Amino acid sequence: MPASSTSAGPLHGLYKWFSSVTLTIILFSVLAATSIIGTLIPQNQTPEVYFRAYGEFFYKVFSALKIFDMYHSWWFQMLLVFLALNIVICSIDRLPGAWKIVFNIRSRFKSSRFKNKSGNIEFLSEQPLREMQSTAEALVSKTYGHTQVTPTKKGVMIFGEKWRWSRLGVYIVHSSVVLLLIGAVIGSLFGFDGFVQIPEGETVDMIRLRSTGKIHKLPFKIRCDDFNVSFYKNGSPKEFRSDLVILENDQEVIKKRIIVNDPLRYAGINIFQASYGEIDHDHAAHEAIPAPEEILLSLMIQDTGMTYQQKTRIGKPFDLPEGMGKFVLTEFKAEASFMGQAIGEALLGILTPGEGQPVEVTLPLRFANFDKMRKGNVFISVLEPNARAKMPVPTQDKRYYTGLEVTRDPGVWVVYTGFILMLIGCFVTFFMSHQQVFIEITTKGKKSHVVVAGTAYRNKMAMQRRVRQLSEKLGAEPEHQE
Amino acid sequence: MTSSNLLSIITFVYGLSAFTYLFAWIFKKPDVARLGTWTAIIGFAGNTAGIILRWIESYRLGIGHAPLSNLYESLVFFAFTLALIYLIIEFRYRNRIIGAFIMPLVFLAMAYASLSPNISDRIQPLIPALKSNWLIAHVIACFVGYAAFAVAFGLSIMYLVKQTEAVETGGGWLDLLPKKQALDELNHQMIMFGFIFLTAGIITGAVWANSAWGRYWGWDPKETWSLITWFVYATLLHARLMRGWYGKRIAYLSIIGFAAVIFTYFGVNYLPGLHSYGSV
Ligand code: HEM
Repeated sequence: MPASSTSAGPLHGLYKWFSSVTLTIILFSVLAATSIIGTLIPQNQTPEVYFRAYGEFFYKVFSALKIFDMYHSWWFQMLLVFLALNIVICSIDRLPGAWKIVFNIRSRFKSSRFKNKSGNIEFLSEQPLREMQSTAEALVSKTYGHTQVTPTKKGVMIFGEKWRWSRLGVYIVHSSVVLLLIGAVIGSLFGFDGFVQIPEGETVDMIRLRSTGKIHKLPFKIRCDDFNVSFYKNGSPKEFRSDLVILENDQEVIKKRIIVNDPLRYAGINIFQASYGEIDHDHAAHEAIPAPEEILLSLMIQDTGMTYQQKTRIGKPFDLPEGMGKFVLTEFKAEASFMGQAIGEALLGILTPGEGQPVEVTLPLRFANFDKMRKGNVFISVLEPNARAKMPVPTQDKRYYTGLEVTRDPGVWVVYTGFILMLIGCFVTFFMSHQQVFIEITTKGKKSHVVVAGTAYRNKMAMQRRVRQLSEKLGAEPEHQE
Repeated sequence: MTSSNLLSIITFVYGLSAFTYLFAWIFKKPDVARLGTWTAIIGFAGNTAGIILRWIESYRLGIGHAPLSNLYESLVFFAFTLALIYLIIEFRYRNRIIGAFIMPLVFLAMAYASLSPNISDRIQPLIPALKSNWLIAHVIACFVGYAAFAVAFGLSIMYLVKQTEAVETGGGWLDLLPKKQALDELNHQMIMFGFIFLTAGIITGAVWANSAWGRYWGWDPKETWSLITWFVYATLLHARLMRGWYGKRIAYLSIIGFAAVIFTYFGVNYLPGLHSYGSV
C-alpha cells in the first residue's frame, strides 16, 4: 500500500471524525433525544401491559427496537461506546498540544501577544520608572504565581501568570466520563441486583435477580430476627428496620439493625431495607376467619408441557403435580405491587420446589400470563379470578416479612472516583482559567508611561476587569461608572 | 406569624419588585429601578427569614429537618437562591435592568409555591428514604444549579430582545440593556456555574440512591430527565468551542436547557407510570 504523507485514507477520515467536537454534539443531542423515549414509555413492564397499552402492531415494532428496555439496548449502549471513543480519540488528538503549552517554559512570555490589543490600558504616571517598577512587581507577584521581569531599551516589562496547568482540567473531566462508563460496565459484568423477602425468624440464601428474574445463590445466609415499622402521628411511615444476621457455615458472623439509608455490607454484598409486608403462615389464625371460597388454579409444568387444574383456598397447601413441590396461596391483595409497579388485585403464594428455596409467587388477576416471567419450572395462573369477596379478614397477630434489596457492584468505586474527578475537573476548568498579565513601563522624562494588558483562556470579560483594577492600583484614572 | 404566612407576604414583595423593574425598563426610568432593588432586598431578607422560621417550626413540631423536603420547600429555596444570585449580579455589574428579566421568575416560583392548590405548605415529617444528608446536599446542589440556569435563561431572553436592535433603529429601551457581548459572556458564566452544580446534584443524587436502594443509577424518569438536561448544557458548552456558535445560538440552547430543567422538575410528574418522589 502506498504510504500517503497527507494520510487521507478512510481510516484517517474516521479518526478525524471521531476526534471532532461536531460528533460530540451529535452524540449529546441523540442521547438526549432518545433518552426521552424511555421516559414516555414506561420501562420493563410485563408484555401484557404493553400489549394492552399499544396494541399488537406497535407492541411488535417497539419490541423489535428494544424500546421496552431501551437503556440496556444494543443501540443505546452503542451510542455510549461512541461517546467514549469520541472522548478518548479527541484526547489523544489534543493532549500533546495542551501538554506542550503547559510544560514548555521557554515559550512562556511573549510581549507580542499583548501589544496593541483593544483592551489595553495606557496612562502616564508621575512616578519615575524605578518606583513604578517596584510597585508593579509587588502587585503582580501577589496574585500571579510566576512573574518575570525583562529589561527593555527604554524601561522594563513585567509578566505575571497563573493557573497555566488548568488547561489540563478538561482532560480530567473527560477521563472521568470514561471512568464512569468503565465502572458501569464492571458493575454490569461482575455485579448483581436482586431482592428477597424474609419472614421474621427465617433464613434465606437465595435472592431473585431483577434483570432476569432468575434465582441467585448468595455465599452466605441471611436471617431476619425482627422487622419493625413505626409511623408518625399523621400515619406516614417513620422508620423501617430489620434486625439481620449473616450466617456463614451456620455461624453468626455479623449482626446489624438496618434501616433505609443505612445498609448492611458484607463480603462485597450490600443489603438494603427496601420494602415490607404482612404474611399469614399461621394456620391457627386462619381458622378463626371465614374460609374463603375455592380458587381454581391452572398449573403448567414447563418441562413436560402438561397443564393441570387445582382447586384450593388461601392458606391451604397442596402438592404440585409431577413432584414439583408444594404450593400455598398466602394472601389476597386488592392493590398489589410488583417491583414498584401497581398491578391491581393479586393473589400471593409460596412455591416450595422439591429442592431449593421457597419462592414467592405473584398472581395478578388481570394478567393471566404474569407468572411466565418468573421462568420457573411451574407456571401458575388463576382460572377463576372472582376472589374479591373471598378476601380473608386480616388477623390480629400480624407477622411481617422484610423486603431486602441485595446488590453487589464492584464497579462502584470506579464510578465514585469518576464522580470526584469530574467535579474537580469542572471546577478547575471553569473557575481557574489560565491568566497572564503584562505591564510595560517606559521612561517619559521624569514620568513613566505604563501599558497594562492581560489575556485569559476563559472568561475574558472578567480578565478585562482585572486589568482595569490593576491599572487603577498603579495610578490610572478610574473608569466612569455609567 | 407562621413561616408560610410570611412567605406568602414575600411573594407579593417579590411581585412588587418584579413590577418595578419592568416598569423602569419599559418606561425608560432607570431611577425607578432603585426601588426594585430595595424591594428585592427586602423580599430576599424575608425569604431567608421564612426558611429559618420554617426550620425552627419543624423542630417545634418534633419532626425537625432542613426545609428542603418537598415541592413547596424546594420552590422557596429556589426563589431564595435565584434572588441571591440576581442581587450579586446587580451589584457586580451595576445594571438594574437585568432585574426586569430575573425578578419575574423569582416571583413566579414563589407565587406557584404559595398559591397553587396542588402544593401543600404543611410541614410534614420525613419518610425513611428522605432521611439522608446526601439528600440535603442533593437538593441544595440541584436548586443552586437550577437557579443559575434560570438566570442564564433570563439573560438569553435579554440577548434575543437586544438582538432586535439592529432592525429597530433608534434603540430606545434596548439601550438600557447591557451590551450583547456582556450578556453573552455572563450567560456563559452562569451556565458554567449551573453546570457544575447540576453535575454535583446528579452525583449526590446517585450517591444517595446508592445508600438507600443499592444502585446509583436506575434510569428512573426523574434521573433520566436530569441527565437529558445535563446533555443539553454539555452540548451548549461544546458548541461554544466551534466557530460561529456564539450569541444567538447559545441563547437558544440556553432556553432549551431551561425548558429541560422545568420539565425535569414539574413535567416528570405527568409522565405515565412511575413511582412518586422518594417512595420506597
Ligand atoms: C459526557 C461527556 C463530556 C463531558 C461531561 C465534557 C465536559 C467538558 C467540559 C466541562 C468542558 C469545558 C467547557 C468549557 O470550557 O466551557 C469541555 C471542553 C471540551 N470538550 Fe468535552 N466533555 C464531554 C465529551 C467530549 C467529547 C466526546 C469530546 C470530543 C471531541 C469533547 C471535546 C472537548 C473539547 C475539545 C473541549 C475544549 C477543550 C479546551 O478548552 O481546550 N468533549 N468538555
